[in-house]
Amino acid sequence: MHHLHNWLATAAALLSLAPALSPAAEVVVYSARNEQLIKPLFDAYSAKTSVEVRFITDKEGPLLARLQAEGANTPADMLITVDAGNLWQAGEVGVLAEVDSPVLKASIPAHLRDPANRWFGLSVRARPLVYSTERVKPENLVSYEDLADPAWKGRLCLRTSKKVYNQSLVAMMIARLGEAETSRVVSGWVANLATEPFANDNQVMEAIDAGTCDVGIVNTYYFGRLVKERPGLAVAIAWPNQQGSGVHVNISGAGVTRHAKHPQEARKLLEWLASEEAQGLFAGLNLEYPANPAVTADPRVAAWGTFKADPANVAEAGRLQQQAVMLMDRVVYR
Amino acid sequence: MLTADADLAISHRVAPRPRGQWLLRAGALLLGAITAVPLAVLFGAWLSPQTLVWQHLATTVLPELLRNTFALLVGVGAGTLVLGCGLAWLTARCEFPGRAWLDWALMLPLALPAYVLAFVVQGLFNPSGPVRWVLHSLPGGGSITFEARGTGWVIGILTLAFYPYVYLLARAAFLGIGRGTLEAARLLGLGPWATFFRVVLPMARPAIVAGLALALMETLADFGAVSVFNFDTFTTAIYKAWFGLFNLPAAAQLASLLLLFVALTLVAERRLRGRARFHETARGAPAPRIVLSGWRAGLAAAATGVVVAAGFALPVAQLLAWVATSAATELDVRYWTWLSHTLLLGGSAALVTLSGALLLGLARRQFSDRTTLAAVELSSLGYAIPGSVLAVGVMLSFSGIDNSLDALWRHAGGDHLGPLLGGSIASLLLAYLIRFLAVANGPVSSALECLRPSLIEAARTLGARGLDLIGRVYLPLLRPGLVTAALLVVVEVMKEMPATLLLRPFGWDTLAVRIFEFTSEGDWRRAALPALTLVLASLGPVIWLARRTASGNPSA
Repeated sequence: MHHLHNWLATAAALLSLAPALSPAAEVVVYSARNEQLIKPLFDAYSAKTSVEVRFITDKEGPLLARLQAEGANTPADMLITVDAGNLWQAGEVGVLAEVDSPVLKASIPAHLRDPANRWFGLSVRARPLVYSTERVKPENLVSYEDLADPAWKGRLCLRTSKKVYNQSLVAMMIARLGEAETSRVVSGWVANLATEPFANDNQVMEAIDAGTCDVGIVNTYYFGRLVKERPGLAVAIAWPNQQGSGVHVNISGAGVTRHAKHPQEARKLLEWLASEEAQGLFAGLNLEYPANPAVTADPRVAAWGTFKADPANVAEAGRLQQQAVMLMDRVVYR
Repeated sequence: MLTADADLAISHRVAPRPRGQWLLRAGALLLGAITAVPLAVLFGAWLSPQTLVWQHLATTVLPELLRNTFALLVGVGAGTLVLGCGLAWLTARCEFPGRAWLDWALMLPLALPAYVLAFVVQGLFNPSGPVRWVLHSLPGGGSITFEARGTGWVIGILTLAFYPYVYLLARAAFLGIGRGTLEAARLLGLGPWATFFRVVLPMARPAIVAGLALALMETLADFGAVSVFNFDTFTTAIYKAWFGLFNLPAAAQLASLLLLFVALTLVAERRLRGRARFHETARGAPAPRIVLSGWRAGLAAAATGVVVAAGFALPVAQLLAWVATSAATELDVRYWTWLSHTLLLGGSAALVTLSGALLLGLARRQFSDRTTLAAVELSSLGYAIPGSVLAVGVMLSFSGIDNSLDALWRHAGGDHLGPLLGGSIASLLLAYLIRFLAVANGPVSSALECLRPSLIEAARTLGARGLDLIGRVYLPLLRPGLVTAALLVVVEVMKEMPATLLLRPFGWDTLAVRIFEFTSEGDWRRAALPALTLVLASLGPVIWLARRTASGNPSA
């Protein structure tokens, strides 16, 4: 057994030099949030605390599969995703640990975090309507449901149902209206489409600007980015469902992994990311809304006006995602 | 090759197999087994039936996906065949103004990943893009409306991205056809067109089919380009099951079906080709080029020029235009790191993949038993699996080994061991090996076919053995084919995105990873800088590849 031990030690040293070189305090992060949106925060955190943050970016699916496969052997201490559905799924398959933190509970509103405390929203992305300022009166834009009305026939543009943001939107609608009514609404959308669904939100807004359609549904930060690129864009935001459920919101968020090797450091990093100090930067880098209500949004974001957001817990988006995908397939929302 | 086979058989009877040959066979079988593990992991998913997902897919999206995939295969197949063979014939056998540089310029689209070409085309044709702007400034052009989407567009993009495989291999085959063969065809009364269809194409068939197989496997595995067009294919269903329905086993099952389809198609093609082999016995003088003049010359130059423009020049111009607006904020010193990682991974993967292909090629040459053949065939399949799915197969295999080692370590009284293989360069190189063996196999095995067994026997008789034989006889003779294979793999690996994303060690970001950071959020303008850098990095190997094969080396 001693020989085996030696052999394994040699193999370990040869194959993986990283543990020998790593400093005492570090956090390892798997992130589905893009590098350019998280690195500035990690740099600031390292400068402040001298804790090194090592991270790797990829899509949620592969990262989650990797966490599951690595099991107890994972090097990851934290998982960051850009939507609630994948956080919910990570919680379901048991790769996230409960974090009982008074700091996090005080910083992040209850509907933006896991009821079981395994993940916490860090920024809010609203998904309102966008419309042509040339052909639509904003007072005619009432709700997501109203876009199923035949009055919008041939005037609607949508992004593909394969994007998780639309899956979350429809899942939250199922939670609110039930499957049958949601199915009616979504098939109404499909009937009203001016053209086949697009691959991304930018194309939806470009199509509205070009006159292909009059109204669409996009995330606010895409709108912010495109307007920055093309200031003359004849497209504006309208906040739907203000008399009812409120605008659909999603979160990007994070959790500490169940088998974290540095659970205390990971928890401290998570608490810092939710703090007033970091929230402005976290949301501002991507023109999102801070999840911490004590922090005000970037002035460019605040300029779009205030709105009532859907207060339902975003965990529902994960629980009902599969049902939403199947519903959209059935009504041929591509 | 019938002569060569006979040659081989005789040599075996006369001289017993040299010692050490079993090592070759064992190596090939081991390699076959290693490449089979991640694929077996995919098939293993059938152990947990996913009836609900299958019922759902079968009753909703699957029929349309199959139709789309079929249309894509037919369209891209026909497109790459016509472009690849037609252009190869023009540049290899004809002479027209500009031929000398169009010859290698036609290889340039290989430097552009399909996913980059796709988003660049969207940028060129989108409502605020340059093409509309030009159209609208023309008299009467303002009324022209069209959407750059749909089956035709996707087929066009993938054809432009993948025709160089057919072009490269077909051109080498056309160049290898000697004067004697063509003169014989003429003497037997065949005109130029009949010669092309009845003599040249059948002789070049193995090369053309090899190129076509690469193009079609890429088409099946593609997700990046089709998703830019929101065009649903079978691969889309794999990702829908995985990301949308949170069902990785169902995704693996779908991927394994894709694999099965490719395997059956390859076997069927081999059966159809049967034992017919065409062999250029004496190459003699190269055949003279057909000199085109007048409108024919103009047409040939225009056709090739348009392909180079559409597949390379215009997309690069759009990338440059985007870079001009984004470089000021995007350019930073880390580009040197990303570039060096990209080149380093490309180079190491080429080395590993080439060794693998050589091992398999040599083994197939020496052993014709079913097991060896199966190992060789198996090793080509990885090319048809969508990158992320293959990456997960590799990741699951390595995590399994890691976790067992960790358990052993703890059993031996150790503390936490951590992942050794997972997230290591080794796992990334293995994924590249599995994915790109098919690319290296073609040039390597055609180079090996040109090695006459009698030559090796002669060297043996003269006392060359083992490494000496390899170093002094095999390698110099195989060099052209090996260099071609290496360059192809370097270019492919540099463009590879999903496996690099999932399996790269911490800090090992590449240019493709950088492109992902932007395209995943539809930010094409900012993706232009890493994309252009990647194109420039691939340009070296691609031009090298194009120029050296343009010189007419038949084994290239």
